[in-house]
Amino acid sequence: MAKATHDLLVVGGGMVGATFAVAAAHAGLAVALIDREAPAALEAAPFDGRASAIAYSSYRLLATIGVWPHLAGHAQAITDIRVSDGESRLFLHFDHRDLGDQPMGFMVENRFIRRALFAAAATLPTLDLRAPATLAALDRGAVLVEATLAGGERIAAPLAIDASGRNSALRRQAKIDVVEWTYPQTAIVCTVAHERPHRGVAHERFLPAGPFAILPLPGDRSSLVWTERQELAPAMLALDERAFAHEMSRRFGDFLGAVRVEGPRWSYPLAVHHANRYIADRLALIGDAAHGIHPIAGQGVNLGFRDAAALAEVLVDAMRLGLDLGATPALETYERWRRFDNTVLIAVTDSLNRLFANDIAPIRLARDLGLAAVNEIPPLKRFFMAHARGTVGKLPRLLEGVAL
Amino acid sequence: MRALHRLNPTRIAFVRDRLAARAGRDPLKPQPLRGVRILDMGCGAGLLAEPLARLGASVVGADAAAESIAVAKAHAEAGGLAIDYRATTAEDLAGDGETFDAVLAMEIIEHVRDPQAFVGTLAALTKPRGLLLMATLNRTPKSFALAIVGAEYVLGWVPRGTHDWQKFVRPSELARALRAAGFALTEVIGVGYDLVTDSWRLTNDPSVNYMAMAERA
Repeated sequence: MAKATHDLLVVGGGMVGATFAVAAAHAGLAVALIDREAPAALEAAPFDGRASAIAYSSYRLLATIGVWPHLAGHAQAITDIRVSDGESRLFLHFDHRDLGDQPMGFMVENRFIRRALFAAAATLPTLDLRAPATLAALDRGAVLVEATLAGGERIAAPLAIDASGRNSALRRQAKIDVVEWTYPQTAIVCTVAHERPHRGVAHERFLPAGPFAILPLPGDRSSLVWTERQELAPAMLALDERAFAHEMSRRFGDFLGAVRVEGPRWSYPLAVHHANRYIADRLALIGDAAHGIHPIAGQGVNLGFRDAAALAEVLVDAMRLGLDLGATPALETYERWRRFDNTVLIAVTDSLNRLFANDIAPIRLARDLGLAAVNEIPPLKRFFMAHARGTVGKLPRLLEGVAL
Repeated sequence: MRALHRLNPTRIAFVRDRLAARAGRDPLKPQPLRGVRILDMGCGAGLLAEPLARLGASVVGADAAAESIAVAKAHAEAGGLAIDYRATTAEDLAGDGETFDAVLAMEIIEHVRDPQAFVGTLAALTKPRGLLLMATLNRTPKSFALAIVGAEYVLGWVPRGTHDWQKFVRPSELARALRAAGFALTEVIGVGYDLVTDSWRLTNDPSVNYMAMAERA
């Protein structure tokens, strides 16, 4: 019988996989992290216009595991969120001061998040980063998972964590089914520079084609998430710069002065997927390998961070009791905890999209009155804000800002 | 059995915290029990011995049931754990002159024929100033209702006839037996099952399940 070389084997060093690896290694677990990309390529990654909204609770996680200091200067605090419905003048305004001094969250370019994670990883003696490396085979045995890398090297651990994303081959290998559906919508993502400062305000405007979000980045720049009807999206993406900027500012408005697109435009067909199980024998799924949601509430990566924090907590607690890290009871605790939360959020974001992505007059009136009503009912407003900050429910300790 | 398996983390934490404190170590740091020599008397298939070995302890697991020891050995070997399992009795181990920093007697004293003699043998196995950690069931109306009627007949957590309520041990009786054997009882703490969270926890109520710690003179 081969002996374990590590406590945990993490496959996939994206934002969620790397966060999990850092969280677990930070608490003393010996982690092997396999990623396809060379860290040097990450170091040199140019501006590509992709950014993430880091909810306040996710910020606490990154701060507690020593990642946040590596992001210094690259994060823009989101102080307020303003939600409006198309042309309607009724709106809902979330002011962070209603909940205390802390911001709702932060906007950070993805390349800076990944760079910070790898910088933090390099400081952890129990984190063994194998990158660039390719997984040639993974054999989940009765007491150990054995991985063979493309170069022939072997890694053995009692548990493998699948953070390899939406099209995970490990998930297929484990015969875990996925429920999925698509929306007739495409998200166009790009970064814009604007004349006037955004003052840390995020805007979410519900247009008939879907939500249009303007999210503040450091400096006089914002990240746009522009949901468009699927059949129109290719035409929008194919427009030349001037025509694209024109279409954009028709939706964006002129409150930030003149607006100019910076860097490439990205597009993502909108779809939801959810794995039926988050665990199998000696395997746990986190992040996009387990779920993907409609971006309407800007929660995608935050759900992944919650998975990472919850799984790290369950496993660190198991390690401290000398329990087998790949045994079922610990994994079941993780699955029960996260799968329920994620199911709820998938349902809520789906309903929000159905409620807002239409132009039917009575529904429009009802939702506008609803928005205005929420704005006038402080307890309800605080409830929604707490959700946006990710500070509700049974939080993993790391999301409370408490070290494991 | 599921609810009883959930009792294991509570027992491990109790043993880990008490032994780490004795060794002057942080129980939450890696390998808090390294170098501590432990006897797990009545180890069964190694439910407690394996975690303690992973926490760094050097563990001897003893059980009179040879078939349990065979299962325990195979399981530890597959998992790459070095545990010294022996199909033997406390009396034979004491006869061999073996001594330990800590002796565990978890859910066993309520099954032995002569508790006083058994505690005397455990004293011979415990080094001077060494610790004895026990888990057992109190003899109260509540323990009859829960451990016999509830666990054996209503819930079916354990097979009928597993326990004989008459042989359950009150903390005062345990204290007397321990004192006579040269131990000082230093702690008695209740263990309660929480239906809502489906987990066990330490409580101030030792009227059903309880754990105890004693120090040898």
